[in-house]
Amino acid sequence: MTLLSIDTALVIEKLILIAVIIFASLGIALYTTFAERKVAAILQDRPGPNRAGPFGLLQPFADGLKLIAKEEIIPSGANKWLFILGPGLAMTAALMTCAVIPWGDKVELFGRTIALQVADINIGFLYIFGVVSLGVYGVMIGGWASNNKFSLLAALRGASQAISYELAMGLSMIALLMMTGTLQLGEIVKQQTGPGHHWNVIYQPLGFLIFLVCAFAECNRTPFDLPEAENELNFGYHQEYSSMKLGFYLFSEYINMFISSAVMATLFFGGYDLPFFNPANHTPNFAATIGIITLMAKVVMFIFFFMWVRWTVPRFRYDQLMNLGWKSMIPLALVNMLVTAVVILMRH
Amino acid sequence: MQALTNRVIAVNRKPITFVESLYLWNILKGMMTTFSHIFKKKPTIYYPEVKRPFSPVFRGLHVLNRDEEGRERCTACGLCAVACPAEAITMEAAERVEGEEMLYREEKYAAKYEINMLRCIFCGLCEEACPKDAIYLSETFAPANFNRRGFIYGKPDLLIPNPLSQAADLALAKGN
Repeated sequence: MTLLSIDTALVIEKLILIAVIIFASLGIALYTTFAERKVAAILQDRPGPNRAGPFGLLQPFADGLKLIAKEEIIPSGANKWLFILGPGLAMTAALMTCAVIPWGDKVELFGRTIALQVADINIGFLYIFGVVSLGVYGVMIGGWASNNKFSLLAALRGASQAISYELAMGLSMIALLMMTGTLQLGEIVKQQTGPGHHWNVIYQPLGFLIFLVCAFAECNRTPFDLPEAENELNFGYHQEYSSMKLGFYLFSEYINMFISSAVMATLFFGGYDLPFFNPANHTPNFAATIGIITLMAKVVMFIFFFMWVRWTVPRFRYDQLMNLGWKSMIPLALVNMLVTAVVILMRH
Repeated sequence: MQALTNRVIAVNRKPITFVESLYLWNILKGMMTTFSHIFKKKPTIYYPEVKRPFSPVFRGLHVLNRDEEGRERCTACGLCAVACPAEAITMEAAERVEGEEMLYREEKYAAKYEINMLRCIFCGLCEEACPKDAIYLSETFAPANFNRRGFIYGKPDLLIPNPLSQAADLALAKGN
């Protein structure tokens, strides 16, 4: 019967960790919406939101309150259940990815060693890919169920865009996989830490570039924000949505941005690794805290980069998007994969 | 074809170069441009706290003037209403009766005087037409309102405070 014995403390520990990570992701996404408006304003020589609270810091709460207070409308021609399912699915898929990201090394609390990762599964990469692909269903179902031609067009665009760029993303990942020899994210971070080890971006600059571009496309961020192209599709796939269902869609975009920043930091920028800082010389808790702060700093930098690009580059035309995806990104990723394979073979 | 102006620029129809076709270099240049704007001074005026001064010839909301003894100057001659190109001014005249000498300057006065601020174009022709120096344009503008009725300003809204009995209010209205 030992096989069935469950470590209750482990379950509680994981549940607490899940709760903390989900609330932290939501909180960070909340303030990312604020940061987006502030960054946009600063890049355009404006002060940005500054009325709610000191420096406008309460703005996201005001926005949330406004969204909740709005009337909940389900169009009469809409498929009611799918219409409700859409934003829920988008949100769930966005939040599920954070399960496999190592947020830090181990901490020691109450005599237990707690890994700061919900599940260090050995198919970490594949899990992320699977969940990210699920995110498209949120867009697709929402656009389809709205019974609106603009929504449907936007959803179609979103789906084809996601599929096109997932291919290149997967191929760039294969090159990284050949280097690391593992799909486990915790292991990938460990390989990048410590003296004599370098971040993967040094070995895979092209792979990182492809991953970055594809991450923009996956998050539906400018210059790939065709599914929500305001000026040609009114509002895109969430046109018929109102109140908190719309809020969920908008919010899941920011959570996606946060998660993909975390994934990029983990895969290519050493995760929680701070250069010239040896965690072995410090107490585990202190080292873990430094690690979390380091990862968050990297994430914040990526999020800023996302916004910086958004307020610089105009949107691609649909055929340009497809050309870039199929005729540039995929061949580049293939070349990158081949070169990596050759180099690995030569070194053996 | 002959150019119509000296500002004509020929359309560049050269096919994009290799560097341009990579997008990345041009995107980088663009991002440097936006990044430089972080350090630029913001031209924003933080409105309710900071107000931009009006020019000295600003034509704002009308006031109906009183003379130094606090009597209304308007005699309801109607010249302002005639001068008004937007037809925003209406008035009704009345005759001064015994005992109202300290209220109205002359024998005839405006019992009703209304300006529709939605029609008014703030041209200042009423001010120029007035032979009695009774109407002036001030340096404020009409505040927002929830209904159209609220934009029709009557005598209580337009008349300045009495310089004798309401000296403090007048000083406040003048902004000192």
